[in-house]
Amino acid sequence: MSATLAKGVNAFKEVIDAPIASYFSSCVHCGLCADACLFYTETGEAKYTPIHKLEPLRRVWKQEYTLLGKLGKMLGLSKLVTDAELTEWEPLVYDSCTLCGRCSMVCPVGNDITYMIRKMREGMSASGHAPEDMIAATTRAVNIGSPMGVKWPALQAQIKHVQAETGIEVPVEKEGADYLVLMSSMEIINFPEYLSGLSRIFKQAGVSWTLAQDAFEATNSGIQIGASDLAREIVSRIVVAAERLKVKCVISPECGHAFTALRWEGPNLMGKPYSFDVKHILEVLDELHAAGKLKTSGMDNRPLTYHDPCQIGRRGGVVEQPRRLLGEVAADFREMPDAGVMNWCCGGGGGVSANTRAESLRLQAFKVKKRQLEATGAGTLVTACANCRIVMEEGLEHYHMNVAVIGLTELLAEYLVEEDA
Amino acid sequence: MSHLDLLTFARGSALNWALMLFVAGVILRLFEIYSLGRKADLAVSRTEPPGSGMRTVFTRTLPPRGMLKREPVTYISGYVFHTGLFLAIFFLAPHIELFRGLTGLHWPALPTALIDAAVVAAMVALLAQLANRMASPVKRMLSGVGDYVAWAATLLPLLTGYMAYHHLFFEYTLMLTLHIFSVELLLVLLPFTKLFHAFSLFISRWYNGDWFRRKGVAS
Repeated sequence: MSATLAKGVNAFKEVIDAPIASYFSSCVHCGLCADACLFYTETGEAKYTPIHKLEPLRRVWKQEYTLLGKLGKMLGLSKLVTDAELTEWEPLVYDSCTLCGRCSMVCPVGNDITYMIRKMREGMSASGHAPEDMIAATTRAVNIGSPMGVKWPALQAQIKHVQAETGIEVPVEKEGADYLVLMSSMEIINFPEYLSGLSRIFKQAGVSWTLAQDAFEATNSGIQIGASDLAREIVSRIVVAAERLKVKCVISPECGHAFTALRWEGPNLMGKPYSFDVKHILEVLDELHAAGKLKTSGMDNRPLTYHDPCQIGRRGGVVEQPRRLLGEVAADFREMPDAGVMNWCCGGGGGVSANTRAESLRLQAFKVKKRQLEATGAGTLVTACANCRIVMEEGLEHYHMNVAVIGLTELLAEYLVEEDA
Repeated sequence: MSHLDLLTFARGSALNWALMLFVAGVILRLFEIYSLGRKADLAVSRTEPPGSGMRTVFTRTLPPRGMLKREPVTYISGYVFHTGLFLAIFFLAPHIELFRGLTGLHWPALPTALIDAAVVAAMVALLAQLANRMASPVKRMLSGVGDYVAWAATLLPLLTGYMAYHHLFFEYTLMLTLHIFSVELLLVLLPFTKLFHAFSLFISRWYNGDWFRRKGVAS
């Protein structure tokens, strides 16, 4: 795939729709979006103002889709988008935006700036201005099946380990199961406790589920880099497996952007609605809890707080479920300031954590999470996204904070009542 | 041409032209936006969402949690300016007379002294906004000629109206004429500058609220 400026500008033209035209028309340059963005608040650098990150896209909108802009272009008065400009904008569009969506909640005229950045990345990648690390991750996802290069044997090894540990069989390729369980590479490599926790919870709740050999990876770097064709290819593997195994529901793992990719972008990438539901694991656990199938005993007395992953909470609507679940096991649950739909990002979403160039900026942006955490006094941080988890672990390490990070599924499994056990 | 002739022109053909350009401009801009369309969302929306497009149209008028404290000047001057401008346009007795002449509709006016105070507050707020725009690195970076033109075009009708009412500087007929010309300038510029947000913000807020509604979030 050869990337050129012309392809990039064409992609810009293609992604501009009525909402984007309306957003650019409405911007009054008030700059309030800056105050919603952790990259601005933690650095104080004006260039990180969210709407500014869209400047090349805005000019293409103006030159192509407004009468005055077209006149200006005809008369040679317009500043056209150049390769040099896009090179300059690359760190703004990728390194300093996690697609967290806070700016979209704050803009007084209602601009969904995050929606536009996501769309702008289509043109950035088509013109060859995506970060190298993200290109590499996407290439691995397409060629190997996982952005971190994890193959089925790695998961198979984990399955064996989990089976030995729990004595519970992990079902693979079981046709007609109710749920197809997906994982993120991060969970396979770093957090085996997710699969083991899930097996135990599902065993107790009597849930019929399965893993698929050719579709176990839920993450989708195609949507992070902004390459819809690749994103579609990655999503289609899951769709094919879900249809082949005739499952009723696909469970998105503890991963933020995987949920966005699968739940919200997937059907649009495929061009047709799914024949199955997609739920985040927290939604499934909350349903099991409501049905009385998820029984826990005992309470965790440690002061706990919960980090809302952006794509699960603000951009995904799963906000109450984790709180209901935590209510069952946490005796000393403390909300962070701005928790819920206005929570601050971990700093590593939207592909930022995969981009080594952005590392120092990401750690600087983590200061806001540090303040939020310190305000709670909690020593244990619960979350539901493996990427947030690893990013926060790095941030906590960097700032020498003694806070443990755990996944909500694994926390629940710890207090599970196991009747057979 | 006497001042009276000039006033007649300002209230007559100049106003007609300005209104025509304004209406045509607004229609064109709305067409430019809506003609781009929006792909149908094939993902299944959440049921019983807490938000909606219409909800966000209203709620976005208020500052989100913590924002007022971060940007008090922007928010307060914004409210004061918009309120003053709105009251002056729609609730000053002579303006209501004008609307009655144009459309046949009319409604009760507010006391002139109140409008006068609101206009002074609005102008002070505009000055504060200009100072803030030039002082804040973020706002300064985002600003171009269009921002300052829009600022001036918004201030002029308020200023000339205030001066005409208080019989300042020029003879009343001439000042009133200048006031009307300044409004006509504003009308013509509105569709083609950021002032168009007066219309498009309802569209933007609705799209925003609708996007979040499908995800199950009130934005």
